[in-house]
Amino acid sequence: MKLIVAIIKPFKLEEVKEALAGIGVQGMTVTEVKGFGRQKGHTEVYRGSEYTVDFLPKVKVEIVVADEIVAKVIAAVVQSAKTGKIGDGKVFVLPIDEAVRIRTGEQGEIAL
Amino acid sequence: MKLVVAIIKPFKLEEVKEALAGLGIEGMTVTEVKGFGRQKGHTEIYRGSEYTVDFLPKVKIEIALGDELVARTVEAIVKSAKTGKIGDGKVFIVPLEDVVRIRTDEHGDAAI
Amino acid sequence: MTLRFSFVRRTIWLCLVVVLCSLPVLAEQAAPSMDQRVAALEAYVTNTDPGKSLTGVPGPGHNGWMMTSSALVLFMTLPGLALFYGGLVRRKNVLSVLAQCLGIAGLVTILWWAVGYSLVFGQSFKGSGIGRFLGGTEFMFLRGVTSAPNTDYAFWVSQNVFAMYQLMFAIITPALIVGAIAERMKFSAVLWFVTLWMLVVYFPLAHMIWGATGMMNGAANAGAAITAIDFAGGTVVHMSSGWSALILCLIIGPRIGFGREKMAPHSMVLCMVGTGMLWVGWYGFNAGSAVAADGIAANAFMTTTLAAAVASFTWGMIERVFRGHASILGFCSGAVAGLVVITPAAGFVSSTGAVILGLIAGSVPYLFVTSVKAKFGYDDALDTFGVHAVGGTMGAFLTGLFATGAVNSNLAGGAALKNGLAKLVTEGGLWHEQLKAIILTLFLAIAATFVLAHLVKMVVGLRPAPEIERQGLDLMEHGEEGYIE
Repeated sequence: MKLIVAIIKPFKLEEVKEALAGIGVQGMTVTEVKGFGRQKGHTEVYRGSEYTVDFLPKVKVEIVVADEIVAKVIAAVVQSAKTGKIGDGKVFVLPIDEAVRIRTGEQGEIAL
Repeated sequence: MKLVVAIIKPFKLEEVKEALAGLGIEGMTVTEVKGFGRQKGHTEIYRGSEYTVDFLPKVKIEIALGDELVARTVEAIVKSAKTGKIGDGKVFIVPLEDVVRIRTDEHGDAAI
Repeated sequence: MTLRFSFVRRTIWLCLVVVLCSLPVLAEQAAPSMDQRVAALEAYVTNTDPGKSLTGVPGPGHNGWMMTSSALVLFMTLPGLALFYGGLVRRKNVLSVLAQCLGIAGLVTILWWAVGYSLVFGQSFKGSGIGRFLGGTEFMFLRGVTSAPNTDYAFWVSQNVFAMYQLMFAIITPALIVGAIAERMKFSAVLWFVTLWMLVVYFPLAHMIWGATGMMNGAANAGAAITAIDFAGGTVVHMSSGWSALILCLIIGPRIGFGREKMAPHSMVLCMVGTGMLWVGWYGFNAGSAVAADGIAANAFMTTTLAAAVASFTWGMIERVFRGHASILGFCSGAVAGLVVITPAAGFVSSTGAVILGLIAGSVPYLFVTSVKAKFGYDDALDTFGVHAVGGTMGAFLTGLFATGAVNSNLAGGAALKNGLAKLVTEGGLWHEQLKAIILTLFLAIAATFVLAHLVKMVVGLRPAPEIERQGLDLMEHGEEGYIE
C-alpha cells in the first residue's frame, strides 16, 4: 500500500477528483494548505507598510491505494492537475504499513 | 528521499522559513493544525460558561528532501523553532518513495 | 360679639384694598405681554436669549438635535472606532481593542460624572487665576445639572443633554490614543494612563478652549488671553490624542517582531464598516458642535461632508497614481483624515474652504503614514499620530486662514468684538492666535504624556510579558477569542 500525497492548485481539485473517480479511486482526504515554492507570491501594501505574501493557497489531496495502481493514480493526478505553469504542485509517494477500516476493523488492502 | 514533517508554534513560522531559506530550501507546504500534547490549554469563560480549550493552534510544515539534506534541515528547524518552553513541537522524518513534479512529469530527486 | 364682628369686617376690607392695589403687578408677572411672548419664540428660532418669559425651558428642536448628536458621537466610539481599529490589528488582538474602547467609555463616564464636567464647564474658579485653566467645582457629581439650560453655553439645550454631549467627546479622545499602542499595552496600564491623562490633559485643555472662562476660548470668552477658535475639537480632541499617542508609542516601544513579521490588518471589512460609522457619527460631532439646530450646524454639516469625501477620494487617487491600486484602507484613511482636518473648522469655513481642507487632508497625512513613519521607524500601530495629530494640527492652523464671519456670526459680534477676534477674522492674523493655541496644546500633551507614561510604567508597567504579547492579548488579557470555529 502507498500513501499518495498531491499538492495541487485549488481550482484543479474538481478535475483531479473526477479523474480519480474515472479510475475507480473513491476515497481521499482534502486539506487546504499553503504552499511555498518557485511560484512567486504577491505584495500587499497597507498605508505604506509592505507585506510579501509568499505562501500561496494550495490543496493537499491524500489517497491510500494498493501498490499495483500507484502508477495509474499518479498519472491521473498529474494529467488532471497540470496547467504547464509554475506552481502546478507535486505528488509524493510514501509507504504505508497498515490501513484499518474503523467501522469493521478490516485491515490491509481490503480496508481501502 | 525523505519527507520532513515539523509541528511548530505558529509565531515561529517566519523564523523557520528564514532558517530553511538559508539552507537553500525552496519549497514547503504549510498547514494550520491543532496540537494536543504536554503544553496545557486554557479555559475561556463566556458569561459564566466555562470552556476548556486544550487543542492549541500549531503549524505543520512538510518538506521533501534528498537524504543528504535531512540532518541539516532538522537541525535548522530545531534551532529556529525552539523557545525552550513546553509546546515547541516535534519533527518527524518519513521515508518518501517517489516525488513527481506535476508541470513536467519529472520523477525522483529531479522533482524536488 | 359686635366688637369682634367689626374687627373681622375691617380686616376683610384691608385685605381687599391690598389685593386690589397689587393686582396690576401680579398681572404683569403672571402673563407676559404678547410682544414678550413673540420675542421669546423668535429667540427659539434664532437660538438667542429668550429673556425672562421662557427661562429654564429647553427648546424641543434644539434639544432633540443635541440628543441625536450625543448618540451619534457615542456611535463613533462604540462601535465605530472600535471596529475601525479592531479590523486593523491582527486577529489575536481584535478583542483587546474592543475592550479598551468599552473600558474607556465606562471609565471616562464615571470621571465625567464625578469631576470632569465641572472642571471643564463650571465657573466657580472664575477670577481666581486657575479659572483660565479649569472651570470649577459647582457641577461635581452633576449636582444641579438638570433639564434647564445652562445659558452660558446654550440658551435652548438642557444642561443634562449638554453634559452628556460633551461626555461623548471625552470618551472618544482617549480611545483614539489606543491606535498608537495597539497590540502591546497592558489593559490595566491603559486604564491607569487614561484616568491620569483625562485629569491632567483633557479636562484642562477642554476648559481652556470651550469653557466660558477658558483662556483660549476666543469665540465665547470676552476675556480670552489667546483668541483662538476650535469648532469641534481639532486641538482638544485630535491634537491632544494624536501627540500624546506619539509620545506614548515611543515610550512603550514597538511591537515584538515589528518590521520583520507580517502585521497586516486582519479584516479590512471591519475596518470599512467602522469608517462608515465614524463618518456618519461625525455629523453629530461637527454639526452638533453648534449646540443648536441652527444655521451654523447646517454649515458644519455641509463642510463635514465635503472635506471627508474630497479627502477620501484624494487619498485613494494618490495611491492609484503612485502605487497602482486605490486601496480600501486608503479611502478609509482619507475619509478619517478629512473629518479630522475639518473638525476645528467645520462651523467657521465656507464650502470652498472645506474642499481645500479636504485636498490637504487627503495628501499630507498620506505622506506621514507612508514616508515619514517608515523613515523614523516609530511603531504608531494604527496611525493615530499620522492621521489625528497631523490632521488636527493642520486643521487648527488652517482654521485661522479660512474662518469667515459670513458663515458664523459668533466671529463677528458678541465676545469676538470685545476680545479682538472679530478684527482678526476680517483683517487677517487669526492664524497667529491659532499657532499660540497649537503650541500650548502641543506642550501640554507632550509634557504630560511623558511624565504620566513613565509614572504608569513605574507603578503597574506598560507592557505585558513577551509570551502574552506573542499569544495575543485577547486570550491572555481578556480570556476570550474573537473568532471561534
